[in-house]
Amino acid sequence: MSGKKLLSRLAQMLIVLIGISFLTFLLTYISPGDPVRHMYLAQGLMPDEEQVAQQREEMGLNDPLTVQYWRWLTNCLKGDFGKSYSMNKPVVTLLLARLWPTLKLALMSMIFMLIVSVPLGVLSAVYRNRPIDYVVRAITFFGVSIPNFWVGLLLMLLFCVRLGLLPVISSGGTFKDLLLPAITLAVAMSAKYTRQVRTAVLEELSSDYVIGARARGVRESRILWGNVFPNSLLPLITMLGLSIGSLLGGTSVVEVIFSYPGLGNLAVSAITSSDYYLIQGYVLWVAIIYMVINLIVDISYNYVDPRMRLKR
Amino acid sequence: MDKKKSFFRRNIGFTVFAILAVIVILVAIFAPVICGDRSPTSGDITQALMKPDAEHPFGTDKMGRDIFTRVLYGARTSLSSTFILVAVIFVIGAILGVLAGYFGGAVDAVIMRAADMMIAFPGLVLAIAVAGILGASMKNAIIAIAIVSWPKYARLARSLVMKIRHADFVAAATVTGSRTMYMLRRYMFPNTITTLVITAATDIGSMMMELAALSFLGFGATPPTPEWGQMLSEGRNFMQSAPWLMIFPGLAIFVTVVIFNMLGDGLRDILDPKTE
Repeated sequence: MSGKKLLSRLAQMLIVLIGISFLTFLLTYISPGDPVRHMYLAQGLMPDEEQVAQQREEMGLNDPLTVQYWRWLTNCLKGDFGKSYSMNKPVVTLLLARLWPTLKLALMSMIFMLIVSVPLGVLSAVYRNRPIDYVVRAITFFGVSIPNFWVGLLLMLLFCVRLGLLPVISSGGTFKDLLLPAITLAVAMSAKYTRQVRTAVLEELSSDYVIGARARGVRESRILWGNVFPNSLLPLITMLGLSIGSLLGGTSVVEVIFSYPGLGNLAVSAITSSDYYLIQGYVLWVAIIYMVINLIVDISYNYVDPRMRLKR
Repeated sequence: MDKKKSFFRRNIGFTVFAILAVIVILVAIFAPVICGDRSPTSGDITQALMKPDAEHPFGTDKMGRDIFTRVLYGARTSLSSTFILVAVIFVIGAILGVLAGYFGGAVDAVIMRAADMMIAFPGLVLAIAVAGILGASMKNAIIAIAIVSWPKYARLARSLVMKIRHADFVAAATVTGSRTMYMLRRYMFPNTITTLVITAATDIGSMMMELAALSFLGFGATPPTPEWGQMLSEGRNFMQSAPWLMIFPGLAIFVTVVIFNMLGDGLRDILDPKTE
């Protein structure tokens, strides 16, 4: 990626971020709940009308939308995302505390996913339309059709309730706590990814150089691992990058099921307690992280794909 | 291809799953007939948390409601909301995409930047935020998922329109005085339909799961409405004593999603033989 391209990419990211920040702000602005009342309720107080009006004035909630948005945005740029009133802590502190557990969960599930899907995908492609391919395809089909929250509940029923091997509440950060949530997330992803690996390998297998290599009598295993597999990595890296991003946002359900202390769980509780600053901060943070990851994936092409380097 | 065989015999897979899908839809429609006088929303509290038996094939929940009845009625909620959702995304995406592709310029820029915004973002995060902020209801869950899902269709429709936008027949039609609305209706929309229908058909399953996920988190259907995701979330609290509360609603989602995914794949194979 050239410098100029990178700059235009960054400019686009900025526009998207501003758009997203405005959208989330607008949503909380038009939402039916009153943040002041929620704040008092969170503290266990029943405010009278006068107090509410005074507090609204103090928090600047009577200002026009654009003024409020501008104030919020400039504060965000200074690193101040406001204070969560349901947990009475700065939003940044809360988000930072939850970021690492969610990243850990995402990485762990990706490792599981790779362990399962790469061998299965290659196997399925090499033995195309043979019994083993049909079995793998059937498994992936069920894998994409099974809701992950149900998988989570079933795993929990089996391992925690019936067998008693693992804790029902994964609130710590130990390997045991991570195991079931990570497996749950990995199920649907593995199914999708196995299909992608299969398609990518099949595509490479049908290229001319494979026929050429076979004609020259190169061993099949050498063709597969020496040429075909490395060449089919490229589309897989894109997928991998994209799935880190969607994992960050997609862990909520699983985190809630296992009471895992991650970002998604925080977001859900923020929403149920109408903690608007926390919701806004969360949405913005995830958007930024997601975009940065996608950017890194794009830039990494330069290093993975020699053709891209030559183009410069 | 053997023309003598009928359409259904040539596409056995598709036919089987089409029949199954029709059965699921019929079950949803005739749920009140099948269940007779059993109500999905009220039960006999003395019969709470009963194991599955002949009387209650799927057992009963904490309020003594029959799970079988609730699962059948749940099919109505899940299917109708999923179909509405897919239809909404389809229509919005198709219209915006066709407009962007046909007019180009500023219209295109505005629509596509909005689409980028949604795509540059992990979908469920915004959907959860939207559903949570608007308040829990099936309608809001549909709105939330629609907001984050339309860009896929808009992009597809746009690229399809752009392909024929500068074709000779379009220029000829414009020169001979065809009005814009006519152009859109007669050429642009029909050109996008097949691809969009395939996409919509293959999306039904995942949309159903996303709606159920929102309900599961408490941002969709609210009690006592029978809805599968919401039933799972209720059943979760009785995992130890009454696991059937979470097994049957989950199974219902799974089976339905499998049927509709298979149907979508079958439809794609028939309409678009290029892709595998």
